[in-house]
Amino acid sequence: MKLAIPVDEKNIEAPVSESFGRAPFFLIYNTDTQENTFVDNAAAASSGGAGIKAVQIIVDYAIHALLTPRCGQNAADVLKAADIQIYQSMPGSAKANIEAFEDNRLPILDEIHAGFHGGH
Amino acid sequence: MKIAVLSGKGGTGKTLVSVNLAAVAKTATYIDCDVEEPNGYLFFKPKNTQKQPVAVKIPKWNAELCNGCRECVEFCKFNALAYIKDKLFIFDEVCHSCGGCSLLCPQKALTEENKVIGNIEKGSSDGVTVHTGILNIGEVSGIPIIKLLLSNNPTQKEDWTLIDCPPGSACSVMESIQGADYCVLVAEPTLFGVHNLQMVYELVQLLDVPYGVVINKSIDSENPAETFCRDKKIKILSRIPFDHILAELNSNGEIAVRTDETYRAMFSDLLKTIQKEVHSETIAHSER
Ligand code: SF4
Ligand code: SF4
Repeated sequence: MKLAIPVDEKNIEAPVSESFGRAPFFLIYNTDTQENTFVDNAAAASSGGAGIKAVQIIVDYAIHALLTPRCGQNAADVLKAADIQIYQSMPGSAKANIEAFEDNRLPILDEIHAGFHGGH
Repeated sequence: MKIAVLSGKGGTGKTLVSVNLAAVAKTATYIDCDVEEPNGYLFFKPKNTQKQPVAVKIPKWNAELCNGCRECVEFCKFNALAYIKDKLFIFDEVCHSCGGCSLLCPQKALTEENKVIGNIEKGSSDGVTVHTGILNIGEVSGIPIIKLLLSNNPTQKEDWTLIDCPPGSACSVMESIQGADYCVLVAEPTLFGVHNLQMVYELVQLLDVPYGVVINKSIDSENPAETFCRDKKIKILSRIPFDHILAELNSNGEIAVRTDETYRAMFSDLLKTIQKEVHSETIAHSER
């Protein structure tokens, strides 16, 4: 199973990023092979729709689940369409969150934030 | 003369000021750009209203023609498109209607479709032409309506146009004060009022439009809003006293200057003060 986690640094010990759409990198982790890859988040600098673009990026890595502290409505809609389950990460490193996920200790994220529309 | 009336939050007297200024000017145009909650028409009760729908163009996807090249997704700099599992997702409220994706699609799988987001109503009330922008519930951006409201109304220099802006300091407010000759910031005298005033004050400074403040519900001569204006050297154009007659007229949906001589004189003075300010600003500007 492949996971995506927004991170601030290209390091599995790095803390999970505060935001999904605006995180600088995504860690793509394969729980079967323990392989990890870091992907640049080209959406981080977008003025709007960052969440939508970020989902497009991770979807292309054929992931099954996203671990994130929060998620906007638009991103959640696309994730759902792509059959990607969203789990709520806990404070701490990406590594600690992967372990928690494998122990089934992460809850499904059901509190979705209404979209931020760039201040219109 | 285009005068924009704004405030940091709703309910501070923005509509009271813009409606009464328009009414006291006799022949004037009143434009309600507070499209999420327009309420100026409740006072003017305009007659002979005409309605015009406002639509934006949103791409429509034809699954059969699409070959999944994703050029549209790459192109859209607003990230309004996503291509997931052989399906194109279009986020209407993120789309800025630039039309680019439809032009670019090599398969002609995208076409532009009109989507009605609200209306503009135009009517008249005793010499005042009343324009109201109404954003449909559920729509996110009223900017296309505001743009149309303002472009429908190119002002002659000698005519008065009063623009009732949306509350706050977001893009929609910036859009509403585009091309205004002067901004009237309405504030309440409390500390909280100053906080809201600060927001719009920063905005008008940024956009470099001349401005002055009207303090509404003024009780004491010494209050946080007065202090703020003194410190920042902002001109106070008028102080509207807190009184029951005005509150009652207002809550009954009546226009104070049309029913009460005191208010008529007060708003007429305010209008003159604004006129003087605009005039001296114009001179100052041409000398700069
Ligand atoms: S550009 Fe046209 S053909 Fe290519 S993915 Fe978009 S809609 Fe489909
Ligand atoms: S019309 Fe412009 S903003 Fe809207 S989806 Fe197409 S490219 Fe994006």
